[in-house]
Amino acid sequence: MMYLLESLRIALRGLSANKLRSALTMLGIIIGVAAVITLLSVGQGVQTLVTSSLESIGTNLLFVFPGNIQSMGAGARFTTAAYLTLRDADAIRNEVANITAIAPSLQGTADVEYGKTTIRTTLIGTTPEYGPVRNYQPADGTFLTPEHQATGARVAVLGWRLASKLFPPDVYPIGQTIKINRIPFRVIGVLKEKGGGSFGSQDDVVMVPLSVAQQRLYPNRRSPAGEPLISVIDVQVDSQKHMDSVAAGITDVLRQLHRLKPEDDNDFTVISQADLISIFGQITGVLTIFLGAIAGISLLVGGIGIMNIMLVSVTERTREIGIRKAVGAKRRDILLQFLIEALVLSLIGGAFGIMLGIAGALVVDRLSADLTTVITPQAILLATGFSAAVGLFFGIYPASRAARLNPIEALRYE
Amino acid sequence: MDARDDHVLIDVRNVVKIYRMGEVEVPALRGVSLQIRRGELLSIMGPSGSGKSTLMNILGCLDQPTAGEYYLDGVNVGELDDNALAVIRNRRIGFVFQNFNLLPRTTALQNVELPLIYAGVGLRERRERAIAALEAVGLGDRIHHRPTELSGGQQQRVAIARALVTHPSIILADEPTGNLDSKSGKEIVAIFQRLNRQEGITVVFVTHDPEVAACTRRIIRLRDGLVESDEPREADCVYLEPEPAPAEAGTPGSLT
Repeated sequence: MMYLLESLRIALRGLSANKLRSALTMLGIIIGVAAVITLLSVGQGVQTLVTSSLESIGTNLLFVFPGNIQSMGAGARFTTAAYLTLRDADAIRNEVANITAIAPSLQGTADVEYGKTTIRTTLIGTTPEYGPVRNYQPADGTFLTPEHQATGARVAVLGWRLASKLFPPDVYPIGQTIKINRIPFRVIGVLKEKGGGSFGSQDDVVMVPLSVAQQRLYPNRRSPAGEPLISVIDVQVDSQKHMDSVAAGITDVLRQLHRLKPEDDNDFTVISQADLISIFGQITGVLTIFLGAIAGISLLVGGIGIMNIMLVSVTERTREIGIRKAVGAKRRDILLQFLIEALVLSLIGGAFGIMLGIAGALVVDRLSADLTTVITPQAILLATGFSAAVGLFFGIYPASRAARLNPIEALRYE
Repeated sequence: MDARDDHVLIDVRNVVKIYRMGEVEVPALRGVSLQIRRGELLSIMGPSGSGKSTLMNILGCLDQPTAGEYYLDGVNVGELDDNALAVIRNRRIGFVFQNFNLLPRTTALQNVELPLIYAGVGLRERRERAIAALEAVGLGDRIHHRPTELSGGQQQRVAIARALVTHPSIILADEPTGNLDSKSGKEIVAIFQRLNRQEGITVVFVTHDPEVAACTRRIIRLRDGLVESDEPREADCVYLEPEPAPAEAGTPGSLT
């Protein structure tokens, strides 16, 4: 203990003797640690954002897509041949139990035009049930109704952000006529803010009756048999515990309807909100690790800086080492002295780095509207531990070189 | 300190030191034997290449003999490992070098405390002993000066205080006056003489300066790695201060 305290004192004296050099060496560690903390917190923030926006879509949702997702995660790929139609949605509605609502939709991009403003955005052709299923509520006017669906009325519901971009502040959107892909539609409602719109589209959508989307806007999206297609079926299950049984039921119904043989793979995919969250969680997790690794490299570079400076310092202080040995310093004492110097450099650097990293995370937080950066204690621990490890690892070689010096030669060194 | 005057402190028996320079073996010492008793004040002289530095390194436990035996206070130094040698250097030996070898950017006090740190002495006792040692060499008023703020003679006195502070069995002084003007040199030699007479500290000068050697009571001359002559000269020793030196004001009673 005594030795440690004395070694610390000696090390601090050694470092303060060369303040500029010590500070510059620390800078490498400071930047490295700050980068680790900032990037990890950004990564964590992205992860939280993705999760929360997926959760905000609605609750207890299953999504049925055409085609088979070959592999989960980053390499998701659809086989192109398969398709879904309204018949699939009807079959699910009629034959699977425990479903509260089901909303087939056809999605695409469309040019929305009012006056001189044209905005290219996401169009969703869907049924009235889409509102409750996806938690969309009208702030003004109404949502799509069964009558609109039945009569093929050219009416549109706008996301609040789209509405605010499309219309001047003094124009009340309800009742206005807009053009979607040059076809005139009457605005019947503006949706409430959905929040958490990481993918940008939730508040930028325009919704029209499914029948209108299929007949008028995308007449070419048809199956080989000529049936109009749909791109996804949203299914809301009555409770969390029925999610699996409903998914299995949907699979059975669709396999039967698509006349798949037992050995055939599904030509559709049933995926739950939880699955989506976990898939995106994996993706953003990889992203976070990736960011951390990049930052880690800069920490490594900082460590090499420490090693470099320590080696220079050992050479420069050869005579000092000789003197210390002559008056009775053991190898262990010299080793400890230089090791502690390296550790002190990296730990003080780490402390400043943590502060700078937190500041960086706060700046990112301020600058981006949607992203809330999350500084986890683990990130700080990781950075501290890593910088200590860097100091130890890159300090040990110079220190052992110092400890092994022959005292006679060291004393003779000029 | 042990008062037995005849106690053999250093017993070197037929010591050989051979340096290897690649393929060539260079013998620096070719069979040196000598004994040093407690309380002696002696010089080891010899031209350069005579092996006197090698002998000093071996006496100071900085190096070990290739052959032969070296007993320091009855301990066979040749058998000790690196750590044990460090302990011996710390406890039994004080070094004074030609170029002072003080730590730069470090005060006189901190320099003198250095051996005590490695001896594991606590902060308070360390400070007291270091101040006492600095006072013993007449630097009680300069303890917070750095080496660059001190004259050569003062720096060497700090070095002597550093050598003294652990109460070593022996002080080895390698050309202690070599970097000093003659006045400071005489002062330094006088300090050694006083420490030797008042405190009974054993002092070995390694020097080629006859004037320094004349101030000691025994001169060992080396030539070509062998002892050429070993001359006791109690009667001829030149004392730079009157003997017996009475207890001066400001000199601490005892360092032991």
